[in-house]
Amino acid sequence: MTFIDYYEILGVPKTADAETIKAAYRKLARKLHPDLNPNDKDANKKFQQVNEANEVLSDPEKRKKYDTYGKDWEHAEEFEKAKQSRGQSQHSYGQSNDSGFGNDDFSEFFSSMFGGSGPGSQGRGSQVKYRGQDYQAELKLHLEAAYSTHQQTLTVNGKNIRITIPAGVENGQVIKLKGHGGPGRNGGPSGDLFITFVIENNTIYKRSGDDLHLTAGLDLYTALLGGEITVDTLGGKIKLKVKPETQNGTKTRLKGKGFPVYKKEGQFGDLYITYSIKLPTNLTEQQKELFKQLSELS
Amino acid sequence: MKTAELIPAQTFCIHHNIEFAFIDSLQRFGLVEIITEEEATYLPESCIPQLEQYVRLNKELDINMEGIDAIIHLLQRIKKMQDEIVGLKNRLSMYEGG
Repeated sequence: MTFIDYYEILGVPKTADAETIKAAYRKLARKLHPDLNPNDKDANKKFQQVNEANEVLSDPEKRKKYDTYGKDWEHAEEFEKAKQSRGQSQHSYGQSNDSGFGNDDFSEFFSSMFGGSGPGSQGRGSQVKYRGQDYQAELKLHLEAAYSTHQQTLTVNGKNIRITIPAGVENGQVIKLKGHGGPGRNGGPSGDLFITFVIENNTIYKRSGDDLHLTAGLDLYTALLGGEITVDTLGGKIKLKVKPETQNGTKTRLKGKGFPVYKKEGQFGDLYITYSIKLPTNLTEQQKELFKQLSELS
Repeated sequence: MKTAELIPAQTFCIHHNIEFAFIDSLQRFGLVEIITEEEATYLPESCIPQLEQYVRLNKELDINMEGIDAIIHLLQRIKKMQDEIVGLKNRLSMYEGG
């Protein structure tokens, strides 16, 4: 646990009066408030720090305690007792390696010094019920997993939540889980959990909305004479007829063989196949001769 | 037919320790819809999270009605642009990485 300089957080000198502290807090709160910075984890974390600094410095009692013990806050209680009994005590200073602010509303430093209470529970707090904080989370999925509806268990702040992920979810899409955010204050309702999907694509397909795009290699002879090839789709292998004299770069659309449409059961996008004709290499003498004859014919 | 869930405006005001005048001002700015039934005023349940956001902006940041109106408008624009960026990134990924 490390000492937190609340004056530095609010950007005010140690001699600042209540008005200056209030003004500094208001200015920073307007900049960092979670309602004005949705999805910004850094801003939310800084807002917690600013809130905590204001909680201490705007309360004369807390500020006095903070100013009195400062960096010796770890031993504030012992100092108080020693002062009362006029005794003497010596302590060695322990090491700490915590970063200070965690995911909770208040840092360990604050809890240690002021008894773990947040705003509203001591002093100037009101009985206003506040809805809990909304949480933001990211969920990584492979493209293949996003192809079918499935269930997944997430652990959010120590709680397991089982969610159903509908097929066709898009990269960057956000879903809301009502009531799975932070707990409300003074009996207010819990916030919501917003999950942003990050779809990782390591497949041969490229996705554009509900459509998939694929480049399929085609040998020269099939391209010229026509034939049949087998293509892998996310729904399984399919056989495809290739017309004679198919040109390089020809695009074929396979209707309904693309990606599932989100929350529309049975509906799929299309699969676009672009042919890439591969020319033969390491020709034999006979093949060379035959190609020469062909070239003379044309 | 869909049934709309309504919350008495008075209940919301007591719960959040606010004056009804605040809700009234929000309505005048077109930020909230108030439903009046037999002289009692109600708020649609679906608009409560948004309404709570207005209360936070007003109480925690001292932002007046004009400010809330401007912020909500800008936040909606930011959201629209963020959605557009995500859409464009998804389309761009089609052409990246060979």
